[in-house]
Amino acid sequence: MIIKLATRNLFHDRARFLVTLIGILFAVLLVAIQLGMFFGARQMITAMVDRANADIWIGAYGADSIEQGLLLTGRERFVALSVPGVQEVRPLIVSFAEWRKPDQSTAHIVVVGSNKGEEGIEPWNVVEGREFPVSPNGVIVDRTYAKALGVTGIGSLAQIEGHPVRVEGLTDGIRSFTTSPYVFTSLGEAHTLTSVPQGQANFYLVKLAPGADTAQVKRELQSRLGKVFVFTKDEFRKQNLSYWLFGTGAGGALLGGTVLGLIVGTVIVAQTLYSSTKDHLSEFATLRALGSSAQYIHKVILAQAVVSGLCGWALGTVLTILISTFSGEAALPIIFTPGLAVFLLFVTLVMCTLSAVSSILKVTKIDPAMVFSR
Amino acid sequence: MTRAPILEARQIVKELGEGNAKIQALKGVSLTLHPGEFTLLMGPSGSGKTTLLSILGCILSPTSGSVIVAGENASGRSAEQLADLRRRHLGFIFQAYNLFPTLDALDNVKLALDVRGFSAEEAAKRAEESLRAVGLGHRLHSHPGTLSGGEKQRVAIARAISSSPAIVLADEPTSALDTENGHAIMELLQKLAKDDQRTILAVTHDPRTIPYADRVIEIEDGLIKEEANGAEAPVEAVGETRPAGGSGKTGRKRKQYANA
Repeated sequence: MIIKLATRNLFHDRARFLVTLIGILFAVLLVAIQLGMFFGARQMITAMVDRANADIWIGAYGADSIEQGLLLTGRERFVALSVPGVQEVRPLIVSFAEWRKPDQSTAHIVVVGSNKGEEGIEPWNVVEGREFPVSPNGVIVDRTYAKALGVTGIGSLAQIEGHPVRVEGLTDGIRSFTTSPYVFTSLGEAHTLTSVPQGQANFYLVKLAPGADTAQVKRELQSRLGKVFVFTKDEFRKQNLSYWLFGTGAGGALLGGTVLGLIVGTVIVAQTLYSSTKDHLSEFATLRALGSSAQYIHKVILAQAVVSGLCGWALGTVLTILISTFSGEAALPIIFTPGLAVFLLFVTLVMCTLSAVSSILKVTKIDPAMVFSR
Repeated sequence: MTRAPILEARQIVKELGEGNAKIQALKGVSLTLHPGEFTLLMGPSGSGKTTLLSILGCILSPTSGSVIVAGENASGRSAEQLADLRRRHLGFIFQAYNLFPTLDALDNVKLALDVRGFSAEEAAKRAEESLRAVGLGHRLHSHPGTLSGGEKQRVAIARAISSSPAIVLADEPTSALDTENGHAIMELLQKLAKDDQRTILAVTHDPRTIPYADRVIEIEDGLIKEEANGAEAPVEAVGETRPAGGSGKTGRKRKQYANA
């Protein structure tokens, strides 16, 4: 009967219930989109590190993220190869450059140059054209950025830093958090297209021999290489996230939006629930006079909050799924996973439960003698 | 044979308000109610009858004195303990019916049983039986908004008796009803008292109700002024006809609490 009474109380005043639902929907949507964008940003930021089959990254000091690789001398590769436990060391070029479209307009890009092999970074999700490696002058771009780069399809021509290039492959879903598209090419071609001299690189990707102790090899590398950074894969992943999400404030803004959504949702639900409780005060007093425990009435109010929360969450989830589907082609995709949906359900229920506190305090003070008032 | 009382009030004093505004609503009231008795508590407005009903119903606590419900002393109990006493021993009928407008008749009664901890199955069975007992078997799924005043009061009575409480307290059960419905409700309460050996105490202004009662207690200025059995209830003003089976004499004049 608790659920029945709670739902009847809610649905009795449809206008107020609608306001409650809109409040929760707004909160759920705001939180879902902010968190979805946060996760989308995380995925974009770490995608390159996750895809590289490297156990350890070597980079120059000051390289706060993969896009900000400074030049290494080239000596590092040979020193690293001499460390016990290191199986392979592959150079990687990641460098900003200028892309000139056929109409002569330009765009900033990030050239990613790597040799084919397990330890490099190859473009993934190739949906059109040829797989890595590309032919001389060949590049692979993501189709999300095709319009921005003036790419009409396989065979499109452009220039990078004045050097002619030809699009040989299109990927799907490889986005850059910097908004400058990644352009994949071979290591040799990357030397030509960027200012990185032959024999040098921005990063060295270290693959360990089977059974090697990552921490020990890392310590040895750091000891022998001196003034460079040596990160495990996980450390470099965190470093990238830390820089882009919190160093730049982008993540803070997204999380701030999440908190704002929760506060707005809580206030709206609390307001409408309190108003509903006040309207039904005489009914709660009747229940109390009939011998109901205070706990029973609290359960009715909590059930109202939970039912409101479930309805608002369901609507919010459906809308978020639609929005995240349409955001698939956007520069910053919204990632909405089942796990996030469950998390949102939990957050919504907590939000609605907190919203019920003021109403519960109100009915706790209820005087059952009011049932006799004329 | 002496019957054990089911509800006792001993020297009840109740002060309301604070400071200079403090008044003594009850000034030392004692009364005893027995199983199977249908008692009326009458008096003018402000006499303290509703306050006394609230205290007897364990809804208000007295300033001093004690209330004993089914052998359990209600004094010094917390709000939750008093609620527990109400759950186990008391049923209430309110002047304004106090039905839940969003629930149908059956659910209104089931809710009261749910509060009392009855299982859903048992509550459904008892609720339907109670509604049939008050003649509402055909309105089980009607909402209060579609019921007449008399029907609403019958639902309230069904709700009050559904858990078989030993005591039913009614606050002005006929004041919102027309004469015909008023008589019907009083007949029903009288029957419930007699058939089930239930104690019924009704606060009322309505002299038409006197013929149905076993006892009439008159309260004035916070004190019991007069007590009589139904047959001996004080007479004045309005002529009323005692119902068949009532405890008084046909055609006797009843005291009119017209100033109430």
